[in-house]
Amino acid sequence: MSEAVEVKTLIIDDREVSGRRGQTILEVARENDIQIPTLCHLDGLSEVGACRLCLVEIKGNSKLLPACVATISEGMEVSTHTERLQKHRRTILELLFAERNHICSVCVANGNCELQALGQSQGLTHVRLPYRNPDLHVDASHERFTVDHNRCILCTRCVRVCAEIEGAHVWDVMGRGINSLVITDLNDPWGDSSCTRCGKCVQVCPTGALFDKSKVGTEHPKHPDFLPYLNMMREAQ
Amino acid sequence: MSQTITIDPVTRLEGHGKITIQLDAQGNVADAHFHVTQVRGFEKFSEGRPFYEMPSLMARICGICPVSHLVASAKACEAIMSVRIPHTAAQLRRMLNLAQMVQSHALSFFHLSSPDLLLGLDSDPANRHIFGVVAARPELGRAGIALRRFGQHIIELLGNKRIHPGWVVPGGVTEPLSPAKRDEILAMIPEAYTNIKLAIEWYRKVADSFKPEIEVFANFPSLFMGLINEDESIEFTDGALRLIDAQGNILEDGITANRFTEAIGEAVEPYSYTKFAYYKPLGYPEGSYRVGPLARLNIARSMGTPLADVELAAFKQLAPGPVQGSFHYHHARLVDMLYGIEKIEQILTDPLILDKHVRATAGVNRLEGAGQAEAPRGTLMHNYKVDENGLITWANLVIATGQNNNAMNRGVLQAARHYIKDGKFTEGILNRVEAVVRTFDPCLSCSTHAFGQMPLALSLLSAEGQLLDHVTR
Repeated sequence: MSEAVEVKTLIIDDREVSGRRGQTILEVARENDIQIPTLCHLDGLSEVGACRLCLVEIKGNSKLLPACVATISEGMEVSTHTERLQKHRRTILELLFAERNHICSVCVANGNCELQALGQSQGLTHVRLPYRNPDLHVDASHERFTVDHNRCILCTRCVRVCAEIEGAHVWDVMGRGINSLVITDLNDPWGDSSCTRCGKCVQVCPTGALFDKSKVGTEHPKHPDFLPYLNMMREAQ
Repeated sequence: MSQTITIDPVTRLEGHGKITIQLDAQGNVADAHFHVTQVRGFEKFSEGRPFYEMPSLMARICGICPVSHLVASAKACEAIMSVRIPHTAAQLRRMLNLAQMVQSHALSFFHLSSPDLLLGLDSDPANRHIFGVVAARPELGRAGIALRRFGQHIIELLGNKRIHPGWVVPGGVTEPLSPAKRDEILAMIPEAYTNIKLAIEWYRKVADSFKPEIEVFANFPSLFMGLINEDESIEFTDGALRLIDAQGNILEDGITANRFTEAIGEAVEPYSYTKFAYYKPLGYPEGSYRVGPLARLNIARSMGTPLADVELAAFKQLAPGPVQGSFHYHHARLVDMLYGIEKIEQILTDPLILDKHVRATAGVNRLEGAGQAEAPRGTLMHNYKVDENGLITWANLVIATGQNNNAMNRGVLQAARHYIKDGKFTEGILNRVEAVVRTFDPCLSCSTHAFGQMPLALSLLSAEGQLLDHVTR
């Protein structure tokens, strides 16, 4: 006899919804067409809860919880778009824009960038913080791809896709806090690394940090939607 | 007591700068300078960027002639890639560059200079602008605005954006031309002819009344440089450079982009952020030369299009050798525009213009590359060095305004000496000094690769350096 599915009912944005035990708030919200902004989350990859854009308010809990990792419970009352949350989300985006050099007009991801799209959808009109303008390098040593650290937001999608899906674990994170950098192997040039040249990291990168060398201007749409299918096919085997 | 006049900012220019006129103890002009007062540093901050990003990065130098930067930059990148772009891509780029020339010339001639030409250099400054032109001669104002729109709309159709189109890339262009867009451009051409003919006829009538200005507006012998084709016809996008002397003798011919720096050097003066280009064998400042519409018509033997050839023949009647008066830049600009419209029409009838093969691809095959093109206001050259991964290690841009810089400074001095006597001057006289600079249609933001507040100013200083008068608009 199969294990009975344990159903939890809860309220998200004044709507009664239900989900299976162990599901995250984000999963249940999206199943019910309630949109919560995300950046480090990607369907098909493990969660890290790093970007904090998906923070939600839970009634009776003074802390804000990231919807991508917080699981649902019976009777939970969740708010996803309060004024407080919107303010936090805008501040997070401002911090991201101020941290490195995000110049949309000359970026290869212009028009196809998740950070840019979030800035627009969250009503970000100004960055109130001083820009840090760090002097970060571009690694163009790889035959097919380039990494521009100026545009990296440290979401670690590349690290996760390389380790979890490709199984190569070429990408990792070096350093701490604001000085962190994604690196290939032990901080070797990408072109000299053990990279399998599969290109998954480029496809899942939400900004123009990882890009295909043959793409210039604004012609670089990315296709991270292949991941769930890839996982599904693997599970079927 | 001597004094200095400062015109700050100089108005109706693209970008901002100022003019200072130094008077001696008798109140006559001792010296005059045209200063470009901002620095931007595009050459520096492009270091470390992938070379194929350069066209879109460099186009941001200016919103008036981004296409010239796109083209010169893409050509420099193609030299690094060592590729020859498909014929159709070359033709499409040529059309884009001509469309930009037409719109930029329309801006210079109608929006910036026609107020002086139509309403008079001494007219009330409160009305001396494009709206004043529209009020006085609606059909002329309308023609100018329509010609600008003609060029802008072609840029938008080809590149999906009026300003900073991302369509030109190293190796060609990103998208072929669709039949619908070709037909839309062809449909705009008859109106463009009507408008440019109206402007040429009107200019012909008024030009004679500016004889005194023609005499002293940067009117002196100089060298001239511009792009031409092998058949000695005018060229904006490909071809090679020719340099002639004041008598019209050819000093250098077939200067390709990779030879540019063999022939041309850049000097620096303490009073301006814009460099001063010169022909190396003659040194600085003797080797200073002029570029742009006047230079192009002085160099070319033909325009290569029937209507513009008639106008070129008429232009060549202005002087026995090269035309030296910079006031005639206005005239040359109109001939350029007529040529541009005709050439766009010719390009659209090219049987291969709708071909789908519009891009060549390659990696880094050389560590240095240069590209040149004619911007509306003159020759433009981009030169890059890269490492083996294609990251820029060094960049140099030689801009038309830098190549005209010495002539503009000499012209300002010439006009100031002529008009300002005994320390006396009027607003109309200062406007004439500004108008000398306007004939060149300099782009100050390009020339310093600079940004900041608009536009230009003039100051009058005493021999002791005391500010006597200052004109700001």
